[in-house]
Amino acid sequence: MSWKHLRDTKQKYSLLTLLQGAASRHREWAPAWRDAQPKPAYDVIIVGGGGHGLATAYYLAKNHGLTNVAVLERGWIGGGNTGRNTTIVRSNYLYPESARLYDFSLKLYENLSQALNFNIMLSQRGLIVLAHSRHDLESMSRWANAMRMNGVDADLLTREQVKHLAPALDTSSHARYPILGALTQARAGTARHDAVAWGYARGASALGVDIVQNCEVRGFIEEAGATVGVDTSLGQVRAGKVGIAAAGHSSVLAKLAGFKLPVTSYALQAMVSEPVKPMLNTVVMSAAIGSYASQSDKGEMVIGGPLDLFPSYAQRGSFSVMQDAIAGTLALFPSFSRLPLLRQWAGIVDVVRDSSPIIGRTPLKNLYINCGWGTGGFKAIPVGGWTFAHVLATGRDHELAEPFQLDRFNTGRLIDEAAGSGIAH
Amino acid sequence: MMQLNCPWCGVRDEPEFVCGGTTQIARPAAACADQEWGDYLFFRENPKGLHRERWRHTYGCGQWFNVVRNTMTHEILAVYGMQEPPP
Repeated sequence: MSWKHLRDTKQKYSLLTLLQGAASRHREWAPAWRDAQPKPAYDVIIVGGGGHGLATAYYLAKNHGLTNVAVLERGWIGGGNTGRNTTIVRSNYLYPESARLYDFSLKLYENLSQALNFNIMLSQRGLIVLAHSRHDLESMSRWANAMRMNGVDADLLTREQVKHLAPALDTSSHARYPILGALTQARAGTARHDAVAWGYARGASALGVDIVQNCEVRGFIEEAGATVGVDTSLGQVRAGKVGIAAAGHSSVLAKLAGFKLPVTSYALQAMVSEPVKPMLNTVVMSAAIGSYASQSDKGEMVIGGPLDLFPSYAQRGSFSVMQDAIAGTLALFPSFSRLPLLRQWAGIVDVVRDSSPIIGRTPLKNLYINCGWGTGGFKAIPVGGWTFAHVLATGRDHELAEPFQLDRFNTGRLIDEAAGSGIAH
Repeated sequence: MMQLNCPWCGVRDEPEFVCGGTTQIARPAAACADQEWGDYLFFRENPKGLHRERWRHTYGCGQWFNVVRNTMTHEILAVYGMQEPPP
């Protein structure tokens, strides 16, 4: 029997092809996506091959029929924040603009495995944000009401319900951080972050997008006040439009193009323990301790810490911040105390003052930017790609992205989601 | 752990300090345009490399001072007073 069709990068994965792959001893699989070299010119160039860049390329091709598109990535795809986050997806934001944006993203996630024909391992295991005081309970009822008014699922839990949901939490009355209740979003959960990057890369590549790795953008080519291409480590590449999706390195690229952003880059760290048997089937967040925990499908406890609050481009976090995050997590989950940590790392996040993204035009003609997601970019990959592709393809802001423009920092129309970001960033 | 050399207290660990971001930004006149005021409030160089920033020894003497720090390596190249020009 011939396994030739398994060697087609555009094949559809199914149970049948999986069985055929097994019968061929998995020797015949084609790479999931095509590793390309840059052509001299494209209709659209995306700078940055993380989740947002790849999703943008995919939706440019899928929603707008633009396939003469390149994604230029300095390292390898999904090797930056896309592979460094804690894989949490949620839409528990406060303001209507944010609720619309993030819930659209969650809805795309809910159908993403089918849409991409690639299992992103979405697990809607729910998320709880702990209330440690009466004031927390009050602000959470406001938060839950705001979410429900915006059409997003939200509930308040009593201490007994929290205890039932996550028995490993210290819900006793003498706990260091007493738990009085929680806000929960049942549709929140986790997704496999590498699969999100690879799923979008595969989808984009199958539609004709060139994904170019090890290609650093070193400058922008400007003619008559408009951006017409980029200078890269692999030579000049011209483009009708250029979109930047570079997260923590947005300011570096903006400087190359000659403008400033209201962004500060910080290191945000996370860590995982050795794998253990299933013991935590929800995502637990606590603003009081500034960290959060979930259990990966492999069994590792995934712990996210707060920001290291000084500007940094070093992809490692301070020991003191890690210590605080661990100490707080152990106070919540005393049984974690004997778990050895296996890995600790940090990603460089692009934080803006109102904790809301920027998706749209820059001061330069034909140069667009998607940034400012700060500590919460992973959950927004689908909507970031969807809305950024829309503005790149049509020149008009997507209605979901209209409030999230760069000029809001000069007009004063900020969307201050600092409180809604879930943990104290 | 990063250590900072407080001009009054000497070398101390980073958790004793709070970073106040980019230092010595000239404040425009109160009557300036929205564009200029927004730029002053929010827009920053955010360099990858040397950054002039202010720190406060919050859990020590409480004094502010300026440093030049490399944002890639976290190496501190200079410490200088709030009113002094950058070295």
